[in-house]
Amino acid sequence: MRVAFGEGLLELGEELEDLVVLTADVAKPTQAIGFGERFPHRFLNVGIAEQDMVDIAAGLALSEKVPVAVAFAPFMMRAWEQVRSTIARCSLNVKLVGTHSGLSAADEGASHQSLEDVALMRVLPNMTVVVPGDREEVKEATRAIVESKGPAYMRIGRDEDARFLEEEFRLGRAVVLKDGSDVAVFSNGYLTSEVLAAAEGAPVDAMVIHVPTVKPLDSSTVLSAARRTGAAVCVEEHSVIGGMGSAVSELLSEEYPIHVRRMGVGDTFGESGTYRELLEKHRLTATHIREAMVEAAKRRGTR
Amino acid sequence: MSGTIELADLKHATDVQKLKERIRQVQRSLVEMTSAMGVHLGSSLSCLEVIATLYFLKMRHAPHRPQWRERDRFILSKGHAAPALYAVLAEAGYFPKEELRTLKRIGSRLQGHPDLRAPGVDAPSGSLGQGISIGIGMALAAKMRGSRSRVYVLAGDGECDEGQVWESLMTAVHLRLDNLVLIIDRNGWQLDDRTEEVKRKVPLRSKLESFGWETYSVNGHDVEKIVEVLDAAERAERPVAIIAHTKKGKGISFLEDSNKGHKLKLSEEEYLAAIKELEMTAKCA
Repeated sequence: MRVAFGEGLLELGEELEDLVVLTADVAKPTQAIGFGERFPHRFLNVGIAEQDMVDIAAGLALSEKVPVAVAFAPFMMRAWEQVRSTIARCSLNVKLVGTHSGLSAADEGASHQSLEDVALMRVLPNMTVVVPGDREEVKEATRAIVESKGPAYMRIGRDEDARFLEEEFRLGRAVVLKDGSDVAVFSNGYLTSEVLAAAEGAPVDAMVIHVPTVKPLDSSTVLSAARRTGAAVCVEEHSVIGGMGSAVSELLSEEYPIHVRRMGVGDTFGESGTYRELLEKHRLTATHIREAMVEAAKRRGTR
Repeated sequence: MSGTIELADLKHATDVQKLKERIRQVQRSLVEMTSAMGVHLGSSLSCLEVIATLYFLKMRHAPHRPQWRERDRFILSKGHAAPALYAVLAEAGYFPKEELRTLKRIGSRLQGHPDLRAPGVDAPSGSLGQGISIGIGMALAAKMRGSRSRVYVLAGDGECDEGQVWESLMTAVHLRLDNLVLIIDRNGWQLDDRTEEVKRKVPLRSKLESFGWETYSVNGHDVEKIVEVLDAAERAERPVAIIAHTKKGKGISFLEDSNKGHKLKLSEEEYLAAIKELEMTAKCA
């Protein structure tokens, strides 16, 4: 994921003279370093100072530059208030990228796992929130947020290298990866791979919808999937509070109330372990997702 | 040769005289605003001469083309002094002075704290400690495009409690931003109490110097001195910090050097007293 992001930045750097990349002493692990080596005069490492970085990006955007600020996702949240009061409030053209998101900084433990970032960014007016899950999609989403106007937040994981998409990424579009009639499963990030594995050979006919843009949510795709299936499961590497599952639930509760099961990390912090162990512990692997699909399908139409 | 210098001196003296007259106008606008709506009058009055000197004498800017790319930028990091900035911007011609009456009213471009919707405002503020970082971004962008554009940031002394201030002080020096000037309005007060009671800032000057800033102290109400120090800042080869020693509530005796004017709405009686005092000062000047 990080590699694809680094490649995406390099490509954009060649094309877009106003692109400036900033980071907070994580140029190497985030792969922003490649951009820094190729375009040293458009690259800034501010040291371990996320708040400073985010507002420097704001100043650059106020001077018609297109800044991409890169940090580990949990520590980008340290500058959330700067994002709120300065960037989102004035809809400044700043792109924020949080790497090592979700549970992907697995062995580092709770401090390094960001289970709240989607919720925090989604609540901000003007903010676009993107959670790509496929290697190529990371690259395309990087381009899409840079080419769009206004503030955007993209989170990517660390080492996962999933590939499941055939369609090109489009900002604000959810993609139906598999049609089905018993239950709609919405997911994003790496976990869409687990959902696809879960749907394969499941005893119910699951429709799989990849939702890389959490905000603005593709409401027409979500609604038509809900209408077709009558039950939903949402799967994400984030707290069950406030993320994509919440966004889908909010929409459906108003427009087409059906049973929605949110899967993610419960109302708890992470801990150290391997990535697989953590996914297993929080019941986010294919086996558990398949069970949830079956359960949800049973509840369709009982509203 | 000497004749040229005398002419320049004369022009300078005329400019300064004009500046002082405009400052009186702005003070009056400020007091008028405060009779209609609760504002941070004390901290607006403490930094008014600094903001006015920048806009009326020092900065290259174009009120009728507020988005002119090559303009100098001003960031009011202590955003609660927004009324001072608005009054100066109106006096400079960014928007009609009558609009000052809409301050903080619903639908107004003049928000309680600076917002980009007000013509002439270069950066949003209101949450303390962010202005220097924003200024760094702007100063950096100017360097990138080879512009002479300079960036002025006005911060409060109480604001220096924020950790981000010190992050940004380090960054600006690291990047050798000689087009960035930080002015600290050292009025000695913050919301709860005197600054040194809430959290000790002294020795502020040597703190700034130790971070590598070229540092000056100046009487922040003496416009001649402010001009001098801003001139010196233009010759610097690194970021410049100016500690402007000021009085909160300057010019209105019942507010001076107190926290009474932190946020207030003047009563009819206070308003008349304040206006009278400003007029007296104007006559004596």
